[in-house]
Amino acid sequence: MSGKNRLNIFPTRMALTNMKSKLKGAITGHSLLKKKSDALTIRFRKILANIVENKQMMGATMREASFSLAAAKYAAGEFSNSVIENVTNPTIVVKMQTENVAGVHLPTFEKVSESAVSNSQELTGLSKGGQQIGKSRESHVKALEALIVLASLQTAFITLDEVIKITNRRVNAIEFVVKPRLENTINYIITELDESEREEFYRLKKVQGKKKKDLKAKEAAKSELLLQQNTPTVATPTSKPAHKVKSMIEDEQEEELIYE
Amino acid sequence: MAAKNMTENALVAVIGDEDIVTGFLLAGCGQKDKKKTENFLVVDNKTSISKIEQSFKNFTQRNDIAIILISQKIADEIRPLIDEYNQVIPTILEIPSKDHPYDPSKDSVMLKVKRMTGAD
Repeated sequence: MSGKNRLNIFPTRMALTNMKSKLKGAITGHSLLKKKSDALTIRFRKILANIVENKQMMGATMREASFSLAAAKYAAGEFSNSVIENVTNPTIVVKMQTENVAGVHLPTFEKVSESAVSNSQELTGLSKGGQQIGKSRESHVKALEALIVLASLQTAFITLDEVIKITNRRVNAIEFVVKPRLENTINYIITELDESEREEFYRLKKVQGKKKKDLKAKEAAKSELLLQQNTPTVATPTSKPAHKVKSMIEDEQEEELIYE
Repeated sequence: MAAKNMTENALVAVIGDEDIVTGFLLAGCGQKDKKKTENFLVVDNKTSISKIEQSFKNFTQRNDIAIILISQKIADEIRPLIDEYNQVIPTILEIPSKDHPYDPSKDSVMLKVKRMTGAD
Protein backbone atom coordinates (compact mmCIF):
# COMPACT_ATOMS: atom_id res chain seq x y z
CA MET A 1 0.00 0.00 0.00
CA SER A 2 2.60 2.50 1.11
CA GLY A 3 4.89 0.90 -1.44
CA LYS A 4 8.62 1.02 -1.46
CA ASN A 5 9.11 4.57 -0.24
CA ARG A 6 9.51 3.76 3.39
CA LEU A 7 12.20 2.67 5.75
CA ASN A 8 12.77 -1.02 6.06
CA ILE A 9 11.78 -1.47 9.65
CA PHE A 10 9.98 -3.99 11.78
CA PRO A 11 6.60 -2.55 12.80
CA THR A 12 6.65 -2.28 16.55
CA ARG A 13 5.46 0.34 18.98
CA MET A 14 9.00 1.37 19.76
CA ALA A 15 9.76 1.82 16.08
CA LEU A 16 6.64 3.94 15.85
CA THR A 17 7.77 6.27 18.64
CA ASN A 18 11.22 6.41 17.09
CA MET A 19 9.79 7.33 13.73
CA LYS A 20 7.52 9.93 15.25
CA SER A 21 10.40 11.63 17.02
CA LYS A 22 12.42 11.46 13.82
CA LEU A 23 9.61 13.10 11.91
CA LYS A 24 9.38 15.81 14.52
CA GLY A 25 13.11 16.39 14.19
CA ALA A 26 12.84 16.54 10.43
CA ILE A 27 10.06 19.12 10.63
CA THR A 28 12.04 21.29 13.05
CA GLY A 29 15.13 20.98 10.89
CA HIS A 30 13.15 21.87 7.82
CA SER A 31 11.75 25.04 9.33
CA LEU A 32 15.18 26.05 10.65
CA LEU A 33 16.84 25.49 7.31
CA LYS A 34 14.09 27.36 5.59
CA LYS A 35 14.65 30.30 7.90
CA LYS A 36 18.37 30.17 7.23
CA SER A 37 17.79 30.08 3.52
CA ASP A 38 15.45 33.06 3.76
CA ALA A 39 17.96 35.07 5.78
CA LEU A 40 20.70 34.30 3.30
CA THR A 41 18.49 35.17 0.37
CA ILE A 42 17.69 38.57 1.84
CA ARG A 43 21.38 39.22 2.24
CA PHE A 44 22.07 37.89 -1.22
CA ARG A 45 19.59 40.24 -2.87
CA LYS A 46 21.12 43.20 -1.10
CA ILE A 47 24.54 42.23 -2.39
CA LEU A 48 23.19 41.58 -5.84
CA ALA A 49 21.83 45.10 -6.12
CA ASN A 50 25.07 46.51 -4.75
CA ILE A 51 27.36 44.54 -7.00
CA VAL A 52 25.74 45.74 -10.20
CA GLU A 53 25.90 49.34 -9.04
CA ASN A 54 29.56 49.03 -8.03
CA LYS A 55 30.61 47.33 -11.22
CA GLN A 56 29.10 50.13 -13.22
CA MET A 57 30.82 52.68 -11.03
CA MET A 58 34.13 50.90 -11.36
CA GLY A 59 34.17 51.75 -15.06
CA ALA A 60 34.07 55.45 -14.27
CA THR A 61 36.75 55.35 -11.56
CA MET A 62 39.06 53.30 -13.71
CA ARG A 63 38.64 55.69 -16.60
CA GLU A 64 39.53 58.56 -14.33
CA ALA A 65 42.58 56.71 -13.05
CA SER A 66 43.95 55.85 -16.47
CA PHE A 67 43.29 59.39 -17.65
CA SER A 68 45.30 60.78 -14.77
CA LEU A 69 48.07 58.33 -15.55
CA ALA A 70 48.15 59.55 -19.13
CA ALA A 71 48.39 63.11 -17.85
CA ALA A 72 51.25 62.14 -15.56
CA LYS A 73 53.04 60.43 -18.41
CA TYR A 74 52.65 63.49 -20.54
CA ALA A 75 54.18 65.64 -17.82
CA ALA A 76 56.88 63.32 -16.52
CA GLY A 77 57.74 61.25 -19.54
CA GLU A 78 57.93 57.49 -19.53
CA PHE A 79 58.25 56.35 -15.93
CA SER A 80 56.56 52.93 -16.01
CA ASN A 81 59.79 51.02 -16.05
CA SER A 82 61.24 52.77 -13.05
CA VAL A 83 58.01 52.21 -11.15
CA ILE A 84 57.90 48.55 -12.04
CA GLU A 85 61.54 48.02 -11.24
CA ASN A 86 61.44 49.83 -7.93
CA VAL A 87 58.75 47.71 -6.34
CA THR A 88 59.71 46.29 -2.97
CA ASN A 89 57.10 46.21 -0.26
CA PRO A 90 53.42 46.90 -0.60
CA THR A 91 52.00 49.94 1.17
CA ILE A 92 48.44 48.89 0.53
CA VAL A 93 47.38 45.49 1.74
CA VAL A 94 43.99 44.06 2.49
CA LYS A 95 42.88 42.69 5.78
CA MET A 96 40.58 39.75 5.76
CA GLN A 97 37.70 39.65 8.13
CA THR A 98 34.84 37.26 8.32
CA GLU A 99 31.28 38.28 8.81
CA ASN A 100 28.79 35.82 10.17
CA VAL A 101 25.43 35.69 8.43
CA ALA A 102 23.16 32.93 9.70
CA GLY A 103 26.11 30.68 10.41
CA VAL A 104 27.88 31.40 7.15
CA HIS A 105 31.24 33.06 7.27
CA LEU A 106 31.53 35.69 4.62
CA PRO A 107 35.02 36.99 3.98
CA THR A 108 35.27 40.73 3.70
CA PHE A 109 38.29 42.72 2.72
CA GLU A 110 39.40 45.91 4.26
CA LYS A 111 42.08 48.17 2.95
CA VAL A 112 45.03 48.77 5.21
CA SER A 113 47.55 51.33 4.05
CA GLU A 114 50.81 51.61 5.88
CA SER A 115 52.08 54.92 4.65
CA ALA A 116 51.03 57.42 2.06
CA VAL A 117 53.92 56.77 -0.30
CA SER A 118 56.27 53.86 -0.24
CA ASN A 119 59.95 54.64 0.06
CA SER A 120 60.85 52.98 -3.15
CA GLN A 121 58.39 55.03 -5.16
CA GLU A 122 59.16 58.32 -3.51
CA LEU A 123 61.70 59.37 -6.06
CA THR A 124 59.55 58.80 -9.07
CA GLY A 125 58.88 62.08 -10.81
CA LEU A 126 61.40 63.94 -8.76
CA SER A 127 62.76 65.77 -11.75
CA LYS A 128 59.48 66.71 -13.40
CA GLY A 129 55.78 66.01 -13.30
CA GLY A 130 55.76 65.06 -9.65
CA GLN A 131 52.41 66.69 -9.04
CA GLN A 132 50.74 64.86 -11.87
CA ILE A 133 52.18 61.60 -10.68
CA GLY A 134 50.90 62.30 -7.18
CA LYS A 135 47.45 62.98 -8.57
CA SER A 136 47.58 59.81 -10.58
CA ARG A 137 48.62 57.89 -7.51
CA GLU A 138 45.73 59.30 -5.54
CA SER A 139 43.22 58.42 -8.18
CA HIS A 140 44.62 54.91 -8.40
CA VAL A 141 44.40 54.53 -4.66
CA LYS A 142 40.79 55.59 -4.89
CA ALA A 143 40.19 53.10 -7.68
CA LEU A 144 41.88 50.41 -5.66
CA GLU A 145 39.64 51.15 -2.70
CA ALA A 146 36.58 50.81 -4.89
CA LEU A 147 37.93 47.57 -6.28
CA ILE A 148 38.57 46.17 -2.81
CA VAL A 149 34.98 46.94 -1.82
CA LEU A 150 33.84 45.29 -4.99
CA ALA A 151 36.04 42.29 -4.31
CA SER A 152 34.49 41.74 -0.91
CA LEU A 153 31.04 42.04 -2.44
CA GLN A 154 32.01 39.54 -5.07
CA THR A 155 33.39 37.01 -2.61
CA ALA A 156 30.25 37.38 -0.53
CA PHE A 157 28.23 36.86 -3.68
CA ILE A 158 30.06 33.69 -4.64
CA THR A 159 30.04 32.27 -1.13
CA LEU A 160 26.38 33.03 -0.58
CA ASP A 161 25.45 31.64 -3.96
CA GLU A 162 27.06 28.35 -3.04
CA VAL A 163 25.63 28.25 0.46
CA ILE A 164 22.11 29.11 -0.66
CA LYS A 165 22.24 26.34 -3.22
CA ILE A 166 23.32 23.84 -0.59
CA THR A 167 20.72 25.04 1.91
CA ASN A 168 17.91 24.89 -0.63
CA ARG A 169 18.97 21.43 -1.64
CA ARG A 170 18.78 20.36 1.97
CA VAL A 171 15.39 22.00 2.47
CA ASN A 172 14.01 20.24 -0.57
CA ALA A 173 15.57 16.94 0.39
CA ILE A 174 13.85 17.06 3.76
CA GLU A 175 10.56 18.20 2.31
CA PHE A 176 10.34 15.79 -0.58
CA VAL A 177 12.38 12.79 0.45
CA VAL A 178 12.89 12.50 4.17
CA LYS A 179 9.47 13.65 5.34
CA PRO A 180 7.34 11.50 2.98
CA ARG A 181 9.46 8.50 3.76
CA LEU A 182 9.03 8.93 7.49
CA GLU A 183 5.30 9.55 7.09
CA ASN A 184 4.95 6.46 4.96
CA THR A 185 6.85 4.46 7.53
CA ILE A 186 4.62 5.74 10.31
CA ASN A 187 1.50 4.91 8.34
CA TYR A 188 2.86 1.47 7.57
CA ILE A 189 3.62 0.82 11.21
CA ILE A 190 0.19 2.04 12.27
CA THR A 191 -1.64 -0.19 9.79
CA GLU A 192 0.49 -3.15 10.70
CA LEU A 193 -0.11 -2.55 14.40
CA ASP A 194 -3.86 -2.19 13.83
CA GLU A 195 -3.92 -5.37 11.91
CA SER A 196 -2.03 -7.30 14.51
CA GLU A 197 -4.33 -5.81 17.15
CA ARG A 198 -7.38 -7.04 15.30
CA GLU A 199 -5.77 -10.41 14.94
CA GLU A 200 -5.01 -10.47 18.60
CA PHE A 201 -8.57 -9.49 19.45
CA TYR A 202 -9.93 -12.20 17.25
CA ARG A 203 -7.57 -14.71 18.76
CA LEU A 204 -8.57 -13.72 22.27
CA LYS A 205 -12.23 -14.01 21.38
CA LYS A 206 -11.59 -17.41 19.94
CA VAL A 207 -9.69 -18.52 23.01
CA GLN A 208 -12.42 -17.20 25.24
CA GLY A 209 -15.04 -19.02 23.24
CA LYS A 210 -13.08 -22.19 23.43
CA LYS A 211 -12.63 -21.79 27.13
CA LYS A 212 -16.34 -21.18 27.61
CA LYS A 213 -17.13 -24.23 25.61
CA ASP A 214 -14.72 -26.28 27.60
CA LEU A 215 -16.18 -24.95 30.81
CA LYS A 216 -19.69 -25.77 29.69
CA ALA A 217 -18.68 -29.21 28.69
CA LYS A 218 -16.96 -29.72 31.95
CA GLU A 219 -19.98 -28.52 33.88
CA ALA A 220 -22.24 -30.69 31.88
CA ALA A 221 -20.03 -33.66 32.53
CA LYS A 222 -19.88 -32.78 36.19
CA SER A 223 -23.63 -32.45 36.53
CA GLU A 224 -24.12 -35.69 34.68
CA LEU A 225 -21.63 -37.35 36.90
CA LEU A 226 -23.41 -35.92 39.88
CA LEU A 227 -26.70 -37.12 38.45
CA GLN A 228 -25.29 -40.54 37.85
CA GLN A 229 -23.82 -40.63 41.29
CA ASN A 230 -27.11 -39.54 42.82
CA THR A 231 -29.43 -41.83 40.92
CA PRO A 232 -28.33 -45.26 42.06
CA THR A 233 -28.31 -44.27 45.76
CA VAL A 234 -31.76 -42.62 45.85
CA ALA A 235 -33.91 -45.05 43.89
CA THR A 236 -33.66 -47.66 41.21
CA PRO A 237 -37.09 -47.20 39.50
CA THR A 238 -36.27 -43.69 38.37
CA SER A 239 -33.51 -44.97 36.16
CA LYS A 240 -35.83 -47.06 34.07
CA PRO A 241 -38.10 -44.27 32.77
CA ALA A 242 -35.01 -42.33 31.92
CA HIS A 243 -33.81 -45.13 29.83
CA LYS A 244 -37.19 -45.28 28.19
CA VAL A 245 -37.09 -41.59 27.30
CA LYS A 246 -33.68 -42.05 25.77
CA SER A 247 -34.83 -44.84 23.61
CA MET A 248 -37.76 -42.75 22.49
CA ILE A 249 -35.44 -39.98 21.33
CA GLU A 250 -33.36 -42.48 19.51
CA ASP A 251 -36.42 -43.69 17.76
CA GLU A 252 -37.33 -40.20 16.67
CA GLN A 253 -33.91 -39.64 15.34
CA GLU A 254 -34.03 -42.77 13.34
CA GLU A 255 -37.31 -41.74 11.84
CA GLU A 256 -35.87 -38.36 10.77
CA LEU A 257 -32.93 -40.11 9.20
CA ILE A 258 -35.28 -42.24 7.20
CA TYR A 259 -37.15 -39.14 6.00
CA GLU A 260 -34.05 -37.59 4.82
CA MET B 1 34.86 26.92 2.27
CA ALA B 2 37.82 29.19 2.35
CA ALA B 3 40.12 26.33 3.14
CA LYS B 4 43.23 28.36 2.59
CA ASN B 5 45.13 29.50 5.56
CA MET B 6 45.20 33.24 5.15
CA THR B 7 47.87 35.43 6.50
CA GLU B 8 46.38 38.37 8.24
CA ASN B 9 47.34 40.96 5.70
CA ALA B 10 46.97 39.86 2.14
CA LEU B 11 48.09 41.33 -1.13
CA VAL B 12 46.38 42.51 -4.25
CA ALA B 13 47.78 40.96 -7.40
CA VAL B 14 47.55 42.69 -10.75
CA ILE B 15 47.60 41.24 -14.25
CA GLY B 16 47.28 43.88 -16.92
CA ASP B 17 48.95 46.03 -19.50
CA GLU B 18 51.76 48.37 -18.62
CA ASP B 19 49.53 51.33 -17.76
CA ILE B 20 47.29 49.42 -15.41
CA VAL B 21 50.19 47.80 -13.62
CA THR B 22 52.08 51.09 -13.37
CA GLY B 23 49.05 52.82 -11.94
CA PHE B 24 48.41 50.28 -9.25
CA LEU B 25 52.05 49.91 -8.37
CA LEU B 26 52.19 53.66 -8.02
CA ALA B 27 49.28 53.39 -5.62
CA GLY B 28 51.41 50.94 -3.67
CA CYS B 29 50.05 47.46 -4.00
CA GLY B 30 53.13 45.94 -5.58
CA GLN B 31 55.41 43.52 -3.84
CA LYS B 32 58.67 41.96 -4.79
CA ASP B 33 60.53 39.69 -2.42
CA LYS B 34 64.14 38.65 -2.36
CA LYS B 35 63.58 35.80 -4.76
CA LYS B 36 62.25 38.32 -7.27
CA THR B 37 58.78 36.83 -7.20
CA GLU B 38 56.31 39.55 -7.96
CA ASN B 39 52.62 39.88 -7.38
CA PHE B 40 51.99 41.54 -10.73
CA LEU B 41 52.41 40.74 -14.37
CA VAL B 42 52.86 43.16 -17.21
CA VAL B 43 51.26 41.83 -20.34
CA ASP B 44 52.11 43.26 -23.73
CA ASN B 45 51.76 41.99 -27.28
CA LYS B 46 54.72 39.69 -26.92
CA THR B 47 53.52 37.93 -23.77
CA SER B 48 52.42 34.41 -24.60
CA ILE B 49 49.11 33.06 -23.36
CA SER B 50 50.83 30.19 -21.60
CA LYS B 51 52.83 32.68 -19.56
CA ILE B 52 49.67 34.51 -18.53
CA GLU B 53 48.06 31.24 -17.59
CA GLN B 54 51.11 30.20 -15.62
CA SER B 55 51.27 33.36 -13.56
CA PHE B 56 47.49 33.36 -13.08
CA LYS B 57 47.76 29.86 -11.64
CA ASN B 58 50.66 30.92 -9.47
CA PHE B 59 48.68 33.85 -8.08
CA THR B 60 45.68 31.68 -7.31
CA GLN B 61 47.86 29.19 -5.50
CA ARG B 62 49.70 31.67 -3.34
CA ASN B 63 48.04 32.08 -0.01
CA ASP B 64 49.10 35.66 0.63
CA ILE B 65 47.00 37.01 -2.22
CA ALA B 66 43.41 37.93 -1.53
CA ILE B 67 42.38 39.73 -4.70
CA ILE B 68 43.53 39.33 -8.28
CA LEU B 69 42.84 42.25 -10.56
CA ILE B 70 42.89 41.23 -14.17
CA SER B 71 42.33 43.40 -17.18
CA GLN B 72 39.28 42.28 -19.06
CA LYS B 73 41.09 42.01 -22.35
CA ILE B 74 43.59 39.61 -20.82
CA ALA B 75 40.86 37.79 -18.97
CA ASP B 76 39.25 37.09 -22.32
CA GLU B 77 42.41 35.36 -23.48
CA ILE B 78 42.42 32.94 -20.58
CA ARG B 79 38.62 32.83 -20.29
CA PRO B 80 38.35 29.02 -19.91
CA LEU B 81 40.72 29.15 -16.97
CA ILE B 82 38.72 31.90 -15.29
CA ASP B 83 35.38 30.26 -15.94
CA GLU B 84 36.45 27.04 -14.32
CA TYR B 85 38.05 28.80 -11.39
CA ASN B 86 35.83 28.16 -8.41
CA GLN B 87 37.78 29.16 -5.33
CA VAL B 88 36.40 31.90 -3.17
CA ILE B 89 39.76 33.31 -2.23
CA PRO B 90 41.55 34.87 -4.00
CA THR B 91 38.78 36.79 -5.65
CA ILE B 92 39.16 37.58 -9.30
CA LEU B 93 38.08 41.02 -10.39
CA GLU B 94 37.93 41.95 -14.00
CA ILE B 95 38.78 45.58 -14.57
CA PRO B 96 38.48 47.69 -17.66
CA SER B 97 41.66 48.82 -19.39
CA LYS B 98 42.36 52.09 -21.07
CA ASP B 99 41.77 51.04 -24.63
CA HIS B 100 39.05 48.49 -23.87
CA PRO B 101 35.94 49.76 -22.13
CA TYR B 102 34.32 47.56 -19.57
CA ASP B 103 31.89 45.08 -21.02
CA PRO B 104 29.58 43.60 -18.36
CA SER B 105 28.37 40.87 -20.69
CA LYS B 106 31.79 39.20 -20.66
CA ASP B 107 32.47 39.22 -16.94
CA SER B 108 31.71 35.76 -15.63
CA VAL B 109 30.53 37.05 -12.26
CA MET B 110 28.38 39.71 -13.87
CA LEU B 111 26.88 37.05 -16.10
CA LYS B 112 25.86 35.10 -13.02
CA VAL B 113 24.38 38.22 -11.47
CA LYS B 114 22.49 39.04 -14.64
CA ARG B 115 21.14 35.53 -14.90
CA MET B 116 19.86 35.72 -11.36
CA THR B 117 18.24 39.10 -11.60
CA GLY B 118 16.95 38.38 -15.07
CA ALA B 119 15.44 35.06 -14.10
CA ASP B 120 13.43 36.59 -11.27
